[in-house]
Amino acid sequence: MAEALVLVGTRKGLIIARSDAGRRSWDVDPMHFANQEVSAVAIDTRRDTPRILAGISWGHWGTSVAYSDDLGHTWQEPDHAPIAFPESTGAALARVWQLHPAPAGQPDVVYAGVEPHALFRSEDGGLSFSLVQGLWDHPHRTQWRPGGGGACLHTVVTHPEDPQWLMAVMSAGGAYRSLDGGATWNPANRGISQPGAPEDQRFPEFGQCVHKVAMHPSRPSRLFAQNHFGVYRSEDAGASWVAIEDGLPSNFGFPIVVHPEHPDMLFNFPLEADMNRIPPSGRCRVYRSTDAGGSWQALSVGLPSETYYAAVLRDAMTTDGGAPAGLYFGTRLGEVYGSLDCGDSWSAVATRLPDVLSVRAAVLP
Amino acid sequence: MSARLVVPSSLRASAGGLREVAVEGATLRAVLDDLGARMPGLERRIRDERGLLRPHVLVFVDGLMVRAESDLDTPVPEGCEVLVAPAVSGG
Repeated sequence: MAEALVLVGTRKGLIIARSDAGRRSWDVDPMHFANQEVSAVAIDTRRDTPRILAGISWGHWGTSVAYSDDLGHTWQEPDHAPIAFPESTGAALARVWQLHPAPAGQPDVVYAGVEPHALFRSEDGGLSFSLVQGLWDHPHRTQWRPGGGGACLHTVVTHPEDPQWLMAVMSAGGAYRSLDGGATWNPANRGISQPGAPEDQRFPEFGQCVHKVAMHPSRPSRLFAQNHFGVYRSEDAGASWVAIEDGLPSNFGFPIVVHPEHPDMLFNFPLEADMNRIPPSGRCRVYRSTDAGGSWQALSVGLPSETYYAAVLRDAMTTDGGAPAGLYFGTRLGEVYGSLDCGDSWSAVATRLPDVLSVRAAVLP
Repeated sequence: MSARLVVPSSLRASAGGLREVAVEGATLRAVLDDLGARMPGLERRIRDERGLLRPHVLVFVDGLMVRAESDLDTPVPEGCEVLVAPAVSGG
């Protein structure tokens, strides 16, 4: 019987909500990894038995990646450190920000974006990772600055058909593209502004604080980006970007997601401003565009109507592979909401959780 | 030299449930290297991939607290107790 899962990585543990394929009601497991920060989660549906991955900060005891091959009922962790910087780098893993299974054509490849700014690649389904040296060796690296959350490589974008195409997104280094499987990288931030910089430096080659980038697999040349300042669309796979923020209450926010069934439909969760990170007017509202960013509509049916001050972080909005596709987001107030009608209405999946860092969902056969 | 490494309760899952582990080495660094060879899943909770003690980990060698990287050269006498503990820190 089909099972739906929503994984919620929080500041204090991992929550797993389970439902049937209808996804109308949810049962929530007792917390996994209680009191540990679960900063990244992934559901690898390419395997015969789906594998769940979780990036965990074990408090005093360092950072690691755990996996489950029974849908999160039991967990394992390799004896060796799944992600470790080579000795030559002089660096040490601080946090896992992103776990990204590659497309189906690369069945055992998983990417991990980490802090400090680095990309790792696994070829065994996430049990062991190697540093993508080409990005680490990039001459810009010493000029990448930390974002507010740290020196993080927080987003990895892969191409549905071309395993040589990769995008790595960093706060605050900007977006970088590789066209040769990660051997070499070039900045991909043309058109993205850096407000506050002198006029002649308003559009730097790199260093922008990109918060999230999303691609629809049926239109891989089109990308959407939610930046620290600005919401953007690229029609040339990241070579250049145009602003699509008209109609939004603010151009600041963290997540951006494309609807799996509608390549022109995207969602974000604006915040008032970078110095005022609460929802505009204190209202919990998702914003949706149905025309690839040409216009935006506020969505609030089923969301809290009371004053709401909690943000949605960059990895905390996602979709599942169901039909219809489910949309989910989790807030720093520890609430997770889902929608099965393109955001027209929402209902609670889980509430009264620790603050939410990362959400992933899947409907499994 | 052989010593006893005392495992804190929060790390016992990484030590197969053991409260103590027998380790070999003339210095703390050698003891932790030995631990890493035999129980890597435990050792990497104590040191990072650079071989440095994690920032909020305390180690006591026969009651003497080890603080600095250079203190990894602290001698470990025969039969000594190496106590690992989470620092009372974090705000």
